[in-house]
Amino acid sequence: MSGTADQMVTKTDTALNTPKPPRRAGLLTRHGTLIAFAVLLVVNVVLTPNFLAMQTLYINLTQVATIAIVALGMTLVIASGGIDLSVGSVMALSGALAPLIFLSGFATAHPAIGLAAAFIVPVAVAALCGLFNGWLVSRYGVQPIVATLILFISGRGIAQVLTNGNLQTFSNPGFSFIATGRLLGLPVQAWLCLALAAGAWFLVRRTLFGRYLLAVGGNERAARLAGVPVRRVKLVVYSLCAALAGIAGLIVSAINSASDANQAGLLMELDAIAAAVVGGTLLTGGKAPVFNVIIGALIIQLVRYTLLANGVPDAVALIAKAGIIIAAVYLQQNRRD
Amino acid sequence: MAATSATADTAAPAPLLSMRGIRKSFAGIPAIADGTLEIAPGEVHALIGQNGAGKSSMIKVLNGAYRRDEGEILFAGQPVSFTSPHDAQLGGISTIFQEVNLVGYRSVAENICLGHEPKRWGMIDWKAANARAREVLARFEIDIDVTRPLRHYNIALQQMVAIARAVSFDARLVIMDEPTSSLDDNETEVLFRVINNLKASGVSVLYVSHHLDELFRICDSVTIMRDGRTIARHRMSEVTKLGLIAAMLGRDASELESAGLTGFSRAARAPGAEVVRTDGLGAGTRLKSADLAVREGEIVGLAGLLGSGRTEILRALFGLDAHERGSIHIAGGEINEADPRLAIAAGFALCPEDRKIDGIVPGLSVRENLTLALLPRLARRGVLPEGEERKLVESYIGRLGIKTADMDQPIRELSGGNQQKVLLARWMAMQPKLLMLDEPTRGIDVGAKHEIQTLIRQLADRGLAVLMVSSEFEELVEGGDRVIVVHEGRTVEELDGDGLSEDALLRAVAIEVPPAGEARA
Repeated sequence: MSGTADQMVTKTDTALNTPKPPRRAGLLTRHGTLIAFAVLLVVNVVLTPNFLAMQTLYINLTQVATIAIVALGMTLVIASGGIDLSVGSVMALSGALAPLIFLSGFATAHPAIGLAAAFIVPVAVAALCGLFNGWLVSRYGVQPIVATLILFISGRGIAQVLTNGNLQTFSNPGFSFIATGRLLGLPVQAWLCLALAAGAWFLVRRTLFGRYLLAVGGNERAARLAGVPVRRVKLVVYSLCAALAGIAGLIVSAINSASDANQAGLLMELDAIAAAVVGGTLLTGGKAPVFNVIIGALIIQLVRYTLLANGVPDAVALIAKAGIIIAAVYLQQNRRD
Repeated sequence: MAATSATADTAAPAPLLSMRGIRKSFAGIPAIADGTLEIAPGEVHALIGQNGAGKSSMIKVLNGAYRRDEGEILFAGQPVSFTSPHDAQLGGISTIFQEVNLVGYRSVAENICLGHEPKRWGMIDWKAANARAREVLARFEIDIDVTRPLRHYNIALQQMVAIARAVSFDARLVIMDEPTSSLDDNETEVLFRVINNLKASGVSVLYVSHHLDELFRICDSVTIMRDGRTIARHRMSEVTKLGLIAAMLGRDASELESAGLTGFSRAARAPGAEVVRTDGLGAGTRLKSADLAVREGEIVGLAGLLGSGRTEILRALFGLDAHERGSIHIAGGEINEADPRLAIAAGFALCPEDRKIDGIVPGLSVRENLTLALLPRLARRGVLPEGEERKLVESYIGRLGIKTADMDQPIRELSGGNQQKVLLARWMAMQPKLLMLDEPTRGIDVGAKHEIQTLIRQLADRGLAVLMVSSEFEELVEGGDRVIVVHEGRTVEELDGDGLSEDALLRAVAIEVPPAGEARA
């Protein structure tokens, strides 16, 4: 290839045409999330007793999976230029629906069908909730924060009505497998989370929909002029986000062997947004760093664990979480030109 | 030293500003290699050059936005080194930016007094603030209600307010970077009057613009930069437009003269079949009734004042505004529904006027921007074949000479001309039948402008129908095979052949508009 020399020339030209500070940001800004995670790990190895035990890994992965799964959906919505406050309520709703289904008379008669329905129906209902959000946002131009506030409030209400506000306890090994089962020594939900993350990564990086998503979030007007089906993209992305929240809701119910409409998914929207931000998602849209968001969720989980394992009260842990978010936002400010 | 002519004609008055031997590099790449700039008191001085010639870096070095590597700056005889544009403002140099950067929701008075509000017992003295705002604006013969929010007024007035604010800091030098880019002809006249008032009160103006015609109207002298160096300083009376373009490009004036000022040339062949025709097309309040037809292989220009409905014709054709009246006929029938996706399916393409707002997705790469419209055709079952995409993008970057580090560079880092090339490539890849262009060369430097014009002609010669809105008569006359004049939402006249000249166009466009001489102060 004789193109190398030409490319060199072009490079210099461009630099002359747009004189601005070099594009490459510092190591800290580019890999801030990963570095922070590594630092946390090292700190824990030194400070926290028994940190390297398999049990520690198991506990953390069990707990982080739900945050990470919800954060994945949140990342996609944020990348489209929106936000979804309803994820916690949708979790409560799907978590409440599942036991209602497999405890019903029909399911006790046909356990296999009942179990399948207990997985499928709640997630489908969750996706419908997302479709409603997307419909408000794309059809009527309601601001996402307002549109999703509706289900943030009413979603949990519906879940409470369905369960009469009671804790539903159950014992169903088939259903609980998604939260208490193990595959190759690791919790099932961790594998599930990894698979979903890989799917999300593929969606964003390799598919038509992913490119449309980033274009809509990056400049909606330009996307429309280029023929991007903006409304459809928004409908799909809110549905995806809610469906992921629905899956997380099932996991939470399965962990507890009980559905608790009052507590399940409480404040989850904030954890998910925090994980997305710590992972480097721009709240203005147009960016979906899927794997960094998973690391972001891990960081949040690990900080909480570190503080608890070292006897720091939960209230202080909340303050530490805020500190991480501030640091992430600071790094993001630097990342932008 | 390249800037030898600088000393010859400025001997008489001591210059207000003198920048010499300025150097500035970014990561070892020089943005300014040797910059010289001298401005006399009460002079309107132009600074011109292609994008990347170092103009904006010079301004930023002057107002303290950048720290210079070498060189000296004398302002009013004193060596200065401003640390920020605000610092420069306090020192007597105010900068008016391309986009009005004031607070739209606050009142005019608040905006003018922002940062130096008159105070009384620790509270803002609104009466005094309003009075001061009125007084400052009166200097420019502007009489408006200063208590209304700024955004209530049009962009031209907002810009006047920005200038008034700048001058209220007792500026002795006002820097204007492309001040007319968002103004229509009448508003530009008002701005020119303001500049003349500034000049009369002894304030100097540094005027940066791609519109060379403007320079001859209001500037006294000009500095030309190329490749980071100041190459000449002239009095405006000594130079011609052709000479300036040749100097900026570093080419021979006679060579340019034979080729024409724009990159356009006449059509190579007779136009073919009709691609689109509208009958009484109307949308909203601004587009009342448009009748036009565009055929294969021809460039049809749309001329008219700002707000005449030129852009609205393109918007209605592309399905961005619902057309409520009339009809759009294409080869196989009619378009009845307003949806850009239908228009694209019918073979329409639109390069919008405001690239940043309607054209590029700034955070995405050159590659992702270039293929955005083409994606559905590239995708196999929703999955994008990356190798194929890269090959395609590579070929367009080569064909159009798009200057980018690599195809994964964010498009926002490219110059305006290169961004426009990417947008053109976006539609070329679709192989459209009708290409609609809204101000295709606005804000683009001379070199890239020429290339884009040449490209448009080539596309038309290969059979593409082009419908082009432009405010530059030169572009319409040299580029258009026919020009349709739009006035108050209606197509009123069509010029072609010998009847198509800048004079004829000016007369046709300016119906009911006071002649330019009257508007001048």
